[in-house]
Amino acid sequence: MTEAALQLEGRRQQLHAHVPDAAVSGAVHVEGQQHPIKLYLVVWGWLFVLSTFSYLVDYFGLQGYLRWSLILLFMVLKAGLIVAVFMHMAWERLALSYAILLPPVLVLVFVAIMVFESEYTHLIRVLSFAAPT
Amino acid sequence: MAETALTNREKSPAQTAGWKGIAADWSSDQRAFKNVSWGKAMMWIFLLSDTFIFSCFLLSYMTARMSTTVPWPNPSEVFALEIAGQHIPLILIAIMTFILISSSGTMAMAVNFGYRRDRVKTAVLMLVTAALGATFVGMQAFEWTKLIMEGVRPWENPWGAAQFGSSFFMITGFHGTHVTFGVIFLVAIARKVWRGDFDHGRRGFFTSRKGNYEIVEIMGLYWHFVDLVWVFIFAFFYLW
Repeated sequence: MTEAALQLEGRRQQLHAHVPDAAVSGAVHVEGQQHPIKLYLVVWGWLFVLSTFSYLVDYFGLQGYLRWSLILLFMVLKAGLIVAVFMHMAWERLALSYAILLPPVLVLVFVAIMVFESEYTHLIRVLSFAAPT
Repeated sequence: MAETALTNREKSPAQTAGWKGIAADWSSDQRAFKNVSWGKAMMWIFLLSDTFIFSCFLLSYMTARMSTTVPWPNPSEVFALEIAGQHIPLILIAIMTFILISSSGTMAMAVNFGYRRDRVKTAVLMLVTAALGATFVGMQAFEWTKLIMEGVRPWENPWGAAQFGSSFFMITGFHGTHVTFGVIFLVAIARKVWRGDFDHGRRGFFTSRKGNYEIVEIMGLYWHFVDLVWVFIFAFFYLW
């Protein structure tokens, strides 16, 4: 970890030497998002593991609440890793994170509304169109 | 002056952190997103709107599936493949998932090498990302062909609820379109990186502004978003 940081520092100094005009404009001093490559490889590995787990949920044919909760758990973990590390949201200021991440939470309200609506529709269909047996 | 307005990434010492930072950043007469350039902020806002679009698709799928009295086709069986005489459930989708995740990994590294101004590695990694994306779209085309041959239509299918076809074509079609556009833009920006546009300050064809390596990160945001949407489609449509 520290080694990578040191290498980075070294590279930056080289950059200053090679691109003096860019350094003057301030573009090189604050190179956006700099993280060691290892971080991305670790996250990549975890995404593979989590995807394998969610595939195995189907492969072993788990059913019911166990299946649904496992699917949701792996989904949320994968989404979190992608947004936080790959999209660098973990290093952004809270003003941006909240502006982008809070509005989609309101979709859950929409989900709740549509759950009620579809249960009602289902009930009406069962009552009105059920095949006489 | 114009250049500083474009790259608003420097951190001033007066900025406060945490909850108070939110109020301070959103207060009047200043820009809200401090360390983020307008390009990156606009990409995030576009992705937010795209989130709502895909949410609506997945919601309508949920509504259709919950309200139908006809049994829903079992995706595990529908998307199974015979490989070397073995019947493996959902295998094609699993492979597509791994391909898309890998493309996200190469994209993340491309962004990193971009900020280190390593233009050859950046361009190569972006092209690898584009190739993986194109493979994904190719496998999706195969999947569509297979299902259409088996009689899946937006209005009917041989296995159960008719809404299965319409949900499937709508959701995966819209996602595939996103991937396709992503591949086109990846190739376009990889070309600019390869040519050294961002090292020499070459002016853009469309905006006639000087670009910088941040465009690789903005492109990356879009690409990771496409991967992100697939995580939700995989969970809700294929696994549920």
